[in-house]
Amino acid sequence: MSDLSAFREEARTWVEANAPEFLRGRASDPNAWAAGGRKAPFIYPESRDWLLAAADRGFSVPTWPEEYGGAGLSRDEALVLHEEIARLALPMPLTGFGYSMIGPTLLDHGTEAQRAEHLPKIARGEIRWCQGYSEPNAGSDLASLATSAVRDGDFYVINGQKIWTSGADQADWIFMLVRTNPDVKKQRGITFILVDMASPGVEVRPIRLISGASPFCETFFHNVRAPVHQVIGEVNSGWTVAKALLGHERTSIGGMGRGGARASLPDLARDYVGVDESGRIDDSAIRERVTQCEMDAMSYGLTIKRHGDGLEAGHKPGPESSMFKYYGTELNMRREELMLSIRGPQALGWEGEGFEPAELNQTRTWLRSRANSIEGGTSEIQLNIIAKRVLGLPD
Amino acid sequence: MASLVLTAPQEMLARTAAELVSKHGGVDRQRRLRDEGAELGYSPEVWAEMADLGWLGIPLSEEHGGLGMGLAETVLITEAMGRGLAPEPFVSAVVFAGGLIADAGSAEQQTAWLPPLVDGEKRLAPALLEAGSRYGLDRVETRARPNGGGWSLSGEKVQVVGGVGADGFLIAARTEGDDDGLTLFLVPAEADGIEVVAQKRVDSRNSAIVRLNDAHVAAGAVLGDVGGGLEPLGRAVDRATVAVCGEMLGLMTEAFERTVEYLKSRSQFGVLIGTFQALRHRAAKMFIEIELSRSTVMAAARALDEGNDDAELQVSNAKARCSDALILVTNEALQMHGGIGMTDEHDIGLFMKRARALEFAFGDAAFHRQRFARLRGF
Repeated sequence: MSDLSAFREEARTWVEANAPEFLRGRASDPNAWAAGGRKAPFIYPESRDWLLAAADRGFSVPTWPEEYGGAGLSRDEALVLHEEIARLALPMPLTGFGYSMIGPTLLDHGTEAQRAEHLPKIARGEIRWCQGYSEPNAGSDLASLATSAVRDGDFYVINGQKIWTSGADQADWIFMLVRTNPDVKKQRGITFILVDMASPGVEVRPIRLISGASPFCETFFHNVRAPVHQVIGEVNSGWTVAKALLGHERTSIGGMGRGGARASLPDLARDYVGVDESGRIDDSAIRERVTQCEMDAMSYGLTIKRHGDGLEAGHKPGPESSMFKYYGTELNMRREELMLSIRGPQALGWEGEGFEPAELNQTRTWLRSRANSIEGGTSEIQLNIIAKRVLGLPD
Repeated sequence: MASLVLTAPQEMLARTAAELVSKHGGVDRQRRLRDEGAELGYSPEVWAEMADLGWLGIPLSEEHGGLGMGLAETVLITEAMGRGLAPEPFVSAVVFAGGLIADAGSAEQQTAWLPPLVDGEKRLAPALLEAGSRYGLDRVETRARPNGGGWSLSGEKVQVVGGVGADGFLIAARTEGDDDGLTLFLVPAEADGIEVVAQKRVDSRNSAIVRLNDAHVAAGAVLGDVGGGLEPLGRAVDRATVAVCGEMLGLMTEAFERTVEYLKSRSQFGVLIGTFQALRHRAAKMFIEIELSRSTVMAAARALDEGNDDAELQVSNAKARCSDALILVTNEALQMHGGIGMTDEHDIGLFMKRARALEFAFGDAAFHRQRFARLRGF
């Protein structure tokens, strides 16, 4: 316990000394988030300073081993560091799929050479990653994917189309699932491979969404050649790697349900709805919904903590990530809906005059949140996984 | 906050508790006691065995003959009792009454009541509810009037859990001449002017009406300060609430597991009903609610044990969550069992009946959401 408070002191001192003044209070400003990469458009130059300062100390990927650019922190220490960063309402120094998904997957399943090649570049924000899983005809039924990879000497030749590739237009590399054997049970013929987006034959088209933004792309592969040594795990065993990575993705998407550094619901409600003479939110139905949301977030946060404590105590991670994905996203969406209710007509802005920037942002984040229960495996798929793999119900 | 993972000794305690409950017949015992119309509503031999194991002193310090353990351990026992519907008045007599005397009692009261409680020789019953009090601890009509050197108590307490056969009662009364003051009294069952009448509730547990007709007690019967009863009472209620949450957790887990087994064994239309997505998704949602409930119970127990600032919030969060989850699970359990679940012969109805009593013990979900909102200033 005293170790942790010593670390908190250290983390606090470090954050105070290294966090750019400009970024303090900008935790929820998407323009302040840095995912890195060769094309890295740092909207604020301070985001770059913050990322590099963190990378120098290993704090951009705090729990990774030092040899790969991390700081080798325990989960509890990393939590303390995050709390210290959140205390000043700072954005995390590094976000993105490299940090949250392919990095942990390489730590679990990569060879020493693969880790040494890719992890340090993620840690320093030099390479940005995107994910090539879904295809037009392989959504919830992901294992039916058809993008093919045929061996040619020391290369695989890849042909096909991926969809919903988040940030493909910004990414330098893609981790993707390809079909290397079409003649076996669909899960058994899939391989997990890393591909440089600068390879000849890769084409990216952004997709415009209901929120007006284009965070997702269609990505086409025409005779793209990828070296054999970029296969993660065994050839035709990609489904196992993919499931492990989906676990990281679910935990990462599900993590949004906790609320974190975002606007406080009760404050927002007091602001927009008003308070009665005793200081309570002056709409009993809204008050009830705010209370329920806050209590659900508390219970959810405790469950994440309990799960993490279990991992720390040596329990094996299981299919619980489906629970976190399901509940975290449903909670986040409920929260977004409630924030719309709280702002009322002021939540209807699209752009221009008559709306505050936060109100305009609200409209977009609400629309964006509707994807939470679809991406990374729909809510229904998560319930299927729990029913089958946790409860052991028959197919 | 402390780790939300059981330590090895805690796992051992949980296993021992589960073995004790199943050794004595599990749910069948509750059914038998009900069918026999057993006066006490529980088994004295099980109570004695719990005393032998030291559990009747689990939350009490070693100076009072207890084991000096916390709620983190206490909820493991109530969870096992909830799984097997064990009807012993552990929460009321040990967690509530024992804890309250340890917290607010005089040295004489502690010496008189705690060692025999721990040994299983004497049992106290907290008499809180009145017909109109719902969940408000201060909604008390029973009055205490100074009389000679002592007090005279008048009023009627209902649904006194463990009241039948109790050796004494913890009674909250309005102190005459002090309309805001609530005073706690430790009243021996043999005091003049006390009448105890057994009451039948849907869960078939030991429950009584306690009528106080100018019941006379000595000055030394006052527990804590005259007019200062509400605060220690609130603390005792929070501790007992968490213990009840442990029982709810055990009950919902057992009812859920039995239901999942049924989904795996019952066939209709030539297939197991557990293959139907309409049922699979509801089962998965119940699993999540139970997981969330477990986290809240462990957190609330540790928050009280550690004396954390957010302990009251954690208690209300746990009770609200467990109440909602328990009702969801027991109602769904019956629905998924279909017609057989409606028969008295099937056990699932016993779980449902006990669930309702637990839901309303120390405040339902709506009450605790309101309390949470009040504490957070919403």
